[in-house]
Amino acid sequence: MDNKIAAVKMRNITKTFGTVVANDRVWLDIYKGEILALLGENGSGKTTLMNMLSGIYFPDEGQIFIDDKEVVIRSPKDAYRYGIGMIHQHFKLVDVLTATENIVLGLKEKGRLNLEAARKKVREICDAYGFDVDPDQKIYDMSVSQKQTVEIVKALYRGADILILDEPTAVLTPQETQKLFAVLRNMRDDGKAIVIITHKMHEVEELSDRVAVLRRGHFVGDMVTANTNAQEMTNMMVGHPVVLNIDRPQPVDPKPRIEVKGLTVRSEDGIIKLEDVSFTARSGEILGIAGISGCGQKELLEAIAGLQPTEGGSICYINDDGSREELLGKDPLKIADMGVTLSFVPEDRLGMGLVGSMDLTDNMMLRSFRKGRSIFANRRAPKAVAEKVVKDLEVNPPSVSTPVRRLSGGNVQKVLVGREISLAPTVLLTAYAVRGLDINSSYTIYDLINQQKKDGVAVIYVGEDLDVLLELSDRILVLCGGKVSGIVDGPGATKEQVGLMMTKLGGGSDE
Amino acid sequence: MFDFVSFIPRAVVQSIPLLYGATGETLTEKSGNLNLGIPGIMYVGGICGVIGAFLYEQSVTPETMNGVLAIGIPMAASLLGSFLMGLLYCFLTVTLRANQNVTGLAITTFGVGFGNFFGGSLIKLTDAEVPSIALSATSAYFSKALPIAESTGWFGKIFLSYGFLAYLAIAIALIASYVLGHTRTGLHLRAVGESPATADAAGINITRYKYFATCLGSMIAGLGGLYYVMDYACGVWSNDAFGDRGWLAIALVIFTIWRPNVGVLSSIFFGGLYILYLFIPSGMNLAVKELYKMLPYVVTIIVLIITSMRNKREDQPPESLGLAYFREER
Amino acid sequence: MNKQPLFHISKRKALKWYQSWTIRGVAIILALLLCAVVTTAMTGENPLEVYKSIWEGAFGTLRKTWILMQNIAILLCVSLAVTPAFKMRFWNIGGEGQVLVGGLATAACMILLGDKLPGWLLIVIMTLAAIVAGGIWGAIPAIFKAKWKTNETLFTLMMNYVAIQLVAFFVIVWEVPKGAGKIGIINQTTEAGWLPVIGGQKYLLNILIVAILTVAMYVYLKYSKHGYEISVVGESERTARYVGIKVDKVIIRTMILSGALCGVAGLLLVGGTDHTITTTSANGRGFTAVLVSWLAKFNPIVMILTSFLLEFLGRGASEISTTFGLNHAFGDILTGIILFFIIGSEFFITYQVHFRRAARKEAENV
Repeated sequence: MDNKIAAVKMRNITKTFGTVVANDRVWLDIYKGEILALLGENGSGKTTLMNMLSGIYFPDEGQIFIDDKEVVIRSPKDAYRYGIGMIHQHFKLVDVLTATENIVLGLKEKGRLNLEAARKKVREICDAYGFDVDPDQKIYDMSVSQKQTVEIVKALYRGADILILDEPTAVLTPQETQKLFAVLRNMRDDGKAIVIITHKMHEVEELSDRVAVLRRGHFVGDMVTANTNAQEMTNMMVGHPVVLNIDRPQPVDPKPRIEVKGLTVRSEDGIIKLEDVSFTARSGEILGIAGISGCGQKELLEAIAGLQPTEGGSICYINDDGSREELLGKDPLKIADMGVTLSFVPEDRLGMGLVGSMDLTDNMMLRSFRKGRSIFANRRAPKAVAEKVVKDLEVNPPSVSTPVRRLSGGNVQKVLVGREISLAPTVLLTAYAVRGLDINSSYTIYDLINQQKKDGVAVIYVGEDLDVLLELSDRILVLCGGKVSGIVDGPGATKEQVGLMMTKLGGGSDE
Repeated sequence: MFDFVSFIPRAVVQSIPLLYGATGETLTEKSGNLNLGIPGIMYVGGICGVIGAFLYEQSVTPETMNGVLAIGIPMAASLLGSFLMGLLYCFLTVTLRANQNVTGLAITTFGVGFGNFFGGSLIKLTDAEVPSIALSATSAYFSKALPIAESTGWFGKIFLSYGFLAYLAIAIALIASYVLGHTRTGLHLRAVGESPATADAAGINITRYKYFATCLGSMIAGLGGLYYVMDYACGVWSNDAFGDRGWLAIALVIFTIWRPNVGVLSSIFFGGLYILYLFIPSGMNLAVKELYKMLPYVVTIIVLIITSMRNKREDQPPESLGLAYFREER
Repeated sequence: MNKQPLFHISKRKALKWYQSWTIRGVAIILALLLCAVVTTAMTGENPLEVYKSIWEGAFGTLRKTWILMQNIAILLCVSLAVTPAFKMRFWNIGGEGQVLVGGLATAACMILLGDKLPGWLLIVIMTLAAIVAGGIWGAIPAIFKAKWKTNETLFTLMMNYVAIQLVAFFVIVWEVPKGAGKIGIINQTTEAGWLPVIGGQKYLLNILIVAILTVAMYVYLKYSKHGYEISVVGESERTARYVGIKVDKVIIRTMILSGALCGVAGLLLVGGTDHTITTTSANGRGFTAVLVSWLAKFNPIVMILTSFLLEFLGRGASEISTTFGLNHAFGDILTGIILFFIIGSEFFITYQVHFRRAARKEAENV
């Protein structure tokens, strides 16, 4: 490995946002013909560091060398000039334009705009690496994975030699992930330098040649992937040894709580989102929901919570005494009026679960402000709840008057989960409860969910990380294209089995 | 029988200021700026033209007037005035990231005040009996129609009887439409208005495009004011005469679902609605005429409602319209 | 490292209230300086004289002071009206039209019922009519916004002109004498439907009513359940739906409130002070109110200050125009200049500019 050529050298890079030091004198080398995994917890400054390479941010201090020449990257345009292309977590695509239009966007080619030539070149790139893109499709008609493909083609079209991908697999199915990895390996063999930002250990092990670790804005070290293991990398990321196992207590006295039968949901555009979905969720048990993203998980949870108009079927709530109540067709207010305490931790935390610009107290009030006959809202009780959540879940900073938008991702989720649990629910719905959270926060959330389970709550846990789903759930329901492709017991289920069910109806299931 | 031969030309002359305003505002909105200052900017465009023409007319005698200068000076003054207003709007909303609605309203307050103030001062300078300034010599140059318009009957009257600014308005609208749809600049501009973060990441200079589109849009809109005084009003400036045409131009942008080429015909339709009350026989009942004047606004409301009900992706306003862009937002 | 960008902008942490008001104060002073330069250039007068006459325009005589207070009250009333809508991110720039239809309803009652009902009953009916008319005018765009997301900025804007034409229509229907093209003072002899004069001051009642409304609006927005719902809907409709707030209902309810309060402003104008109605009765207050409300960051109490500022400048500017023989529109120019400075100053409250050298020095000091 001595003949490696450094494509990028970053030296002493420092970047601060207000008083937060996102990167503190970071050194990093990126080599040609190598896949580097940039590893770190949330808020460790991985994305910030890469954003400085791609020209989104400008470093406060430090130097960047491309091919051993010092460069100043002031804008994304500069970055492209040095052959750096970045695929952001949130795709940078214009929805109303076509794939080709997006790909040529911002290019300063000579002569007039020639979309025909561009289309041809796009097809060539697609053929060379095995992408599947329709150059004339509008972005708003595309799936997430198609959009990502457009992003990668866009970077290649611009002749990127250094490709940075920010958590590219978060939105992909296992199959799509494999396809992406294959393409990335092709590019590496082509001599390109590739950086992938991630915090999924198994991906690091599977894909990368070398791994660099950041912790709280500092560069901790790098090593050849083959010479290390998940435990060592995790310890480096967190800074102290971590136990990686998730607890799965025995279900306590499980009784049917929610019975869904023949649930069918159509989206506003008339597309079937859920078709004839039937299952039972039991108290004191965690029912995991697995599936490729966008397979009806969101609609399922929102239908139960009374937020999603449905076309047919029934959702029954079963009381402890066995009496049944229909939830279908009722809005959240009516469901609460029936005395059913249903908590819901939605996927979009700041856009749906919380109000970013309001402080903790006002956010706690979202669930309680209607209480009482007075026309004035009671702020005392929510403030007490906020203080309790801050104390019990160690939210930082420990102030109930900070707008939640200013909190870190993990703390935002603690606030949201804390509020939902404070309602003492009998049913807890969670969507991607640990997405974007670092390891410590993730484990706090797992513990909270397990605690609810022990208290006899029926938990429905929609997740994307199969490893976690398999370790946490008592049973796993697999969705595929809006249909139930099977329900398996958590203990004993394998990743391959569930992964197959996610893509094929009933595939691999013995039921 | 409804007199189309006299109705259409009058609708067209009404439509031209609207078309200028709407084309300018469309370009501006495509960059993501909702410029509610357009009504004020059109006033400024008009009055600057008046000032230019006034100074020129004062410095020469009618016999020595040069056609090129008589048109060139007011036009340059008008363009400069509205350009400066556009620049001010951009400085506040793009560089200083101020609220666009508020800035626009302030620009309109300022612009209308500016127009009326200088209009009023010039009126005073001329010691006129009536509260208006007449620049008929300059106006004659602006409103000169093709000579064959007279001899070609109804055809000439409907299609050829206008001053050059009218044809320029249509040309600009068509060019703007082509640029937006078929050129790299247009593609970039649309991207800036739809999703500035995306455009930024693609290496497009957001600030430059926003400034460029907004200032150019202001200048085009300003020409609408110039056309109004020099051609439509025969060189007579009277305070507040331009009225609410600026707001109507903004309404026209929605009416045309952000397409300047659609604007050419829609603006004539609007112009027609604006003066329809003059052509509908209502006898002595003057009150009813006031109700007819409601038509353009009611029609705009109806179009607004219909487009929102149809909810077609292509017919929506630019996604980031009205929002300031700050790259390091987090 | 000399290739760095010259300066760099970042978001500030929240400033203390006095720091942000200092910035605004500086902006106003700079604006006044520029206004002085402009005025001097136009008139050749000593700027101090000019400011003296601004002051005199506003507070010169007791009568002028009362007029100023009255104008502030009406402007504040319209600003209070549009504020709940703005908090909900509903850009109601239709205050103008809502005020006008409120005034029109008031005038209609005064003209049609003036000699048929006892005074107190007439005033009750006028009040109700103004509130209902304004409420309906506000509700129409709200219903379409709630059901189909119809753009409210343009809808309310167009509704202004519909209202203006409606007033123009009735002005001709009710004109006195025939052919005059205006209504003139309504019920001049009987004073039927004129709001009562209290404390011997024509404007006192209006001022007191608006003062009460200001406090009520502050409490409503800050402490009531409705106020909380408005904030949630404004920040995120999805969150509102998630907690079971009926967004459509809140939008329509809030706009009815907004329109109704504008209607009250119309009532105060027509029934309280003008006793007539014209197409320009609202006098651009619907637009100025947007500025008042925004400058005060939607806080009703601060709006007392911002509406004072704008009216003070307006009155002062028109005094300059008369004193120095300038056209009345000069006031609009000065108001415009001052607004530009205040609008611009918000940038320095929200953002921080680091210049290259300063930043390096800072770094060395650390």
